[in-house]
Amino acid sequence: MKTIFFHMQGYRDLPDDFHKKYESVWVTLPSDELCDPRMVQKYLNWNIDELELADELGFDGLGLNEHHQNAYGFPVAPNLIASILARRKSDAAIVILGNTIPLYNPPLRVAEEYALIDCLSGGRLVAGLPVGSPPDSVGNYGLPPSQVRERYYEAWRLIVEAWTRKGPFPFNGRFTKLRYVNPWPKPIQKPHPPIWLAGGGSVETWKFAADNDYTYSYLSFSGLKQAKSMMQGYWDQVEAHGLDDNPFRAGFAQIVVVADTDAEAERLYLPHLRNFYSKSLHVPPYIQAPPGFLSKKSIEFSLNQGVQRGQGRKLLGDPATASWKDLTETYGMVVGGSPQTVAQQLEEGVRDLRIGHLMVILQIQSMDNELTRYNMGLFADKVLPRLRGLWEREGYQDHWWPSGAARNRQAPATGQVPATALAK
Amino acid sequence: MSTVIAPTAVATTAVALGRGLQDNPVLVGGTGSPLVYLHGLSGQAWDGLLEGLSREHRVYAPAFAGADEPDELKAFDTVHDLVVYLDDVIRGLGLDTFDLVGHSFGGMLAAEYAALFPERVRKLVLIDPLGLWRDDAPVTDFIYVTPDRQAELILGEADSDAARKLLALPDEITAKNREIVRRITSMASVLHFIWPIPERGLAKRLHRIAAPTQLLWGEQDKIVPCAYARDFASAIRTSEIEIVPGASHTPQFNDPAAVLDRIQRFLAP
Repeated sequence: MKTIFFHMQGYRDLPDDFHKKYESVWVTLPSDELCDPRMVQKYLNWNIDELELADELGFDGLGLNEHHQNAYGFPVAPNLIASILARRKSDAAIVILGNTIPLYNPPLRVAEEYALIDCLSGGRLVAGLPVGSPPDSVGNYGLPPSQVRERYYEAWRLIVEAWTRKGPFPFNGRFTKLRYVNPWPKPIQKPHPPIWLAGGGSVETWKFAADNDYTYSYLSFSGLKQAKSMMQGYWDQVEAHGLDDNPFRAGFAQIVVVADTDAEAERLYLPHLRNFYSKSLHVPPYIQAPPGFLSKKSIEFSLNQGVQRGQGRKLLGDPATASWKDLTETYGMVVGGSPQTVAQQLEEGVRDLRIGHLMVILQIQSMDNELTRYNMGLFADKVLPRLRGLWEREGYQDHWWPSGAARNRQAPATGQVPATALAK
Repeated sequence: MSTVIAPTAVATTAVALGRGLQDNPVLVGGTGSPLVYLHGLSGQAWDGLLEGLSREHRVYAPAFAGADEPDELKAFDTVHDLVVYLDDVIRGLGLDTFDLVGHSFGGMLAAEYAALFPERVRKLVLIDPLGLWRDDAPVTDFIYVTPDRQAELILGEADSDAARKLLALPDEITAKNREIVRRITSMASVLHFIWPIPERGLAKRLHRIAAPTQLLWGEQDKIVPCAYARDFASAIRTSEIEIVPGASHTPQFNDPAAVLDRIQRFLAP
């Protein structure tokens, strides 16, 4: 089991009436009204402090991602932050999940920067290559929705070839044309750093992961409890491709809040959770899913699903007034409570969904540095040890972990594929 | 403008295009000299304007590439690719010279077509066309808006009986889902060529248009403001501007009689 401290790098002070006053947390929220560069100076330093603390506390990996013009996270250049972490003497993985590669032209830039971080860190890089979210690719970076996936596949091909083919070689793509591909440096890890995919549950991405034997991470804020059918869709693809059921094929992002007792957790974190869920989910459908981003098949599939489900699934309602029980039990978006409660729920959840890479989100938007450190410390002290080795004890090996990130590396209990793996 | 389905008069002619593309289902109706109509943002439909034009012309209304299956857009990168595709359709129909009418995105394409193949277009009508850009009056984004706001931008009104009737979805669930998918894929096929800024260098080509051109504009167009009419007019050799008072980006919806009358007068030999 690998546990990754994942930092969203959001803006911590949004006005209380944000979601009433502005149409979206993403793309159109006016920077001049809401984003004070002096505050960002403070937050960025807190973010990096917290990532460095996670390294010291023994998390297996440090997680970063990329978003733009977004208040719940504006990690506009994850490679810049990652390079600060890469400079530290450490054996933790640097999990960049990832660079949104359709946005880069030429995508050779990503091959170069990832190689640079892999070299600087001594082979500790996870090279996340996500398709990205439409608000970023379509809204912020102006790609026609129908081109995002095509650009993605081409950028992926260029990056992998840049790392693995003998250069210089020509690359004649539809979107990128290069006469000489010959990156300096290439990564330390051979043939290249582990490639992780991430997404919000599109069938195309599951299939692409299975086609290439990559690991897939489901990134949402909806929690382990609601993800069963979603993750099962991925595992069905894995099985259909004749691949094994190694849990390290799957990653999952989970919001986690820990305190000494369940009641204390509610007292400390409920305001932050309400704040986060009322603001971060505030993206209108026309920004979330512009025409052309989903394939015709996917649209038809979701419409038909809507028919089957009766088109009236009860939702959380107004997150600003959601109760602790709503968030942690009824809808289960959050894993929260005492270390005992949290460890038990996480263990159940990751076993149920077969998650090998758990990305824990311990800094939730409005939480200040002090409360974040408290949450992280308690998690690392009381919860992390319970998760460590969870799958390794059953004989599973993580083939998708960077070779230079040796922290807590455990030999599998046996050299055999476990019976439980064969039974599936 | 209500959608008039007149199956006795309108037929669909499937034009084969090869290269693995679907046939283009061209709507054809009426008798008279040939007229090609390129539709706007709401997608291909035989509407009141086409019904009216078909009284004096044989009207051909093609769909756009990828409008049914966005996967086909892989074969298209630029507006130029789409104009060449349209020429394949038009040649497939056996048309030599013809009148060309285009609305909104279809107006942009009509202007592109008339600039690329000036000798083929007898007269050109551009209804509230996209295709140019002014920093002092940017074209409005009609995608990052609520459905009501989008209807308001395109039709000028969202809650009138006529608008509701035009936008209504079928009750029956299969037909309803099919119509939802059609609207999404149709808009996707437009955005493929113009998102995020519907300007692709047309200004450099307008001087090539040889056909006498009518610029027909809704006075209250909230997507492409009236000011653009003068920019088109000053770049096209022979043109006239017709403003439809009080009308929106889709003046044929707001004042069908006035629009039909002005186009017919302009096209009269």
